[in-house]
Amino acid sequence: MVGYIIRRLLQSVLVVLVVTVIVFILLHSLPGGPARAILGPRATPGQITQFNSENGLDRPLVVQYFTSVFGWFTGNFGFSYVLNQSVGSLLAERLPKTIILAALSLVLTVIVAIPVGVYQAVRRNRIFDYVATGLSFIFYAAPTFFLGLILIEIFSSWLGWFPPEAPQSDGVVPIFQQFPGMILPIVTLALLSIAGFSRYMRSSVLDNVSQDYVRTARAKGASPTRVLWRHVLRNALIPIITLLGLSLPALFAGALITESIFNFPGMGLLFWQAAQQSDYPVELGVVIVTAFATVIGNLLADVGLAAIDPRVTL
Amino acid sequence: MTTQLGGPPPVEPAGGMDAAVGAFAAPADSLPAPGTLEGRPKSLFRLGFEVFVQNRLAIVGLVVVALAILFCFVGPLIYPTDQVTVDLTSANLPPGSGHPLGTDGSGYDVVGRLMVGGQTSLIVGLAAAAIATVVGTVWGAIAGFFGGVVDGIMMRIVDAILAIPILFLLLFLVTIVRPSLPVMIFVIGLTAWLVPARLVRGESLTLRVREYVQAVRVMGGSSWRSVTRHIMPNVIGTVIVNATFQVADAILLVAYLGYLGLGISPPATDWGAMLSNGTQYVFLNYWWLIYPAGFAIIIVVVAVNLVGDGLRDSVEVRLQRR
Repeated sequence: MVGYIIRRLLQSVLVVLVVTVIVFILLHSLPGGPARAILGPRATPGQITQFNSENGLDRPLVVQYFTSVFGWFTGNFGFSYVLNQSVGSLLAERLPKTIILAALSLVLTVIVAIPVGVYQAVRRNRIFDYVATGLSFIFYAAPTFFLGLILIEIFSSWLGWFPPEAPQSDGVVPIFQQFPGMILPIVTLALLSIAGFSRYMRSSVLDNVSQDYVRTARAKGASPTRVLWRHVLRNALIPIITLLGLSLPALFAGALITESIFNFPGMGLLFWQAAQQSDYPVELGVVIVTAFATVIGNLLADVGLAAIDPRVTL
Repeated sequence: MTTQLGGPPPVEPAGGMDAAVGAFAAPADSLPAPGTLEGRPKSLFRLGFEVFVQNRLAIVGLVVVALAILFCFVGPLIYPTDQVTVDLTSANLPPGSGHPLGTDGSGYDVVGRLMVGGQTSLIVGLAAAAIATVVGTVWGAIAGFFGGVVDGIMMRIVDAILAIPILFLLLFLVTIVRPSLPVMIFVIGLTAWLVPARLVRGESLTLRVREYVQAVRVMGGSSWRSVTRHIMPNVIGTVIVNATFQVADAILLVAYLGYLGLGISPPATDWGAMLSNGTQYVFLNYWWLIYPAGFAIIIVVVAVNLVGDGLRDSVEVRLQRR
């Protein structure tokens, strides 16, 4: 167990290092190098030389790599010349909002998808199963922005229940004070993962129902309900932990789209605006943070799995 | 609450998150017999084909994809529209005579626009999936074949790129290179090869130690022979199934890029960009600028996924019989 965790930890550190190399390559593959990309096409050669020496871009690439990586690990992600603010402070302001959005939508996903998947498996090939299967196929295929638009049409324009825009104010507390504005973004982001998770839960329960231990439990005289809740569900939930870790990149990507629909000032919106204005330092900062978060999420999921399921050995 | 837990264990297609879907079109007990005592047994390909044909949903998916291709590529010959000249006098016309689905903000006919946009989505989807599949297969095969340190390094690279959300990577790349059709294909293809790489590597690792591959070696067969005649035919099914899902994903990615305004430049378009343009008028209720493109994406992606599910079921039948 301890050996497994150590090995998994080393693997994650290795992945993080490869991520830093990739981001460094991306930074230096910008047309004309970082200086030209940041100063714009009108910069004179003199300005570029000056920028390079000021920012240490004339030093050997290896030295630059290590100073960049050291900066990233200490929270120094460079400076956004478009927003005239350090990338670190931008991230500190925007990241908590995206985390709240993503976490709440994951909670909603789990609350909805697990019961739906279990019920589908229990009543397999009945009408509820068919309807849920059909819906999950559609939600799985529907672009997030289209789902968001339909939700705005129905619940904002037509019924008038929720505002079409997410809370705009700074800080985290106002998000909860203006919670009705968060409902549509959370639901939009959750729909895609609900579709995936419920399918997964359904086949996971079905896999377990045909196992020998279920027959043994039934033979001992346990009621079907007891077998389902005490025996099957425990085993069927195990793959969901891995799925939670693996779904993080998709969740961040979905958050980008959701934030752009509802104009929610999180990290995704920051990235999108940076992409439109070629604000490379911001883009790279967001990429590093999301990649680190994903690696840590996967690590936690695997360690959690090893803690829960004694059969896991790698 | 009644449950079915007391009954006999259900026969269920193994694995996969959508694996069970095929069950209601091709019940397991109606699978074709693997062969009779007299005559040649049916080939595994034939067997898989028969299972696929029996899967009604997969056939529906295939027909829908074929119709979409016809609509986008042959449609403009039957229903020619001007998709280049901006005509503001006929902008945002509601559906009516002459324009079955109305016109958009630049005066383009929406039906014709759907055809042009669909061409982008379908070409990029198919070509990017092909690139991703080839690159991923080669990468995964090399890693799985050599194993050891080479495998470790190659797979950590895959893990690292997988940790970066593909949409972020894609958006970053299109801010460096403004997208044209070939650029889109190339960029999406080069960000989507990770999953096939993992699949092929995993398959080749497990197949290498299978009895029938060892038997080839025992009988004196070369490693080339075991790779080309025994490992490849078994990996290819998984690869094709995954390629289908890659097409669906690529079509969605094209739509996302188009929606975020970083897709292909006008007057060319794709379904995501059409929808994005329509959202400017969402509070004016110009529904014909939003719903046709949105439903086009959903219908095509669902259809491609259905084909993929059908293919997976037929590949699994082959695997069970081998």
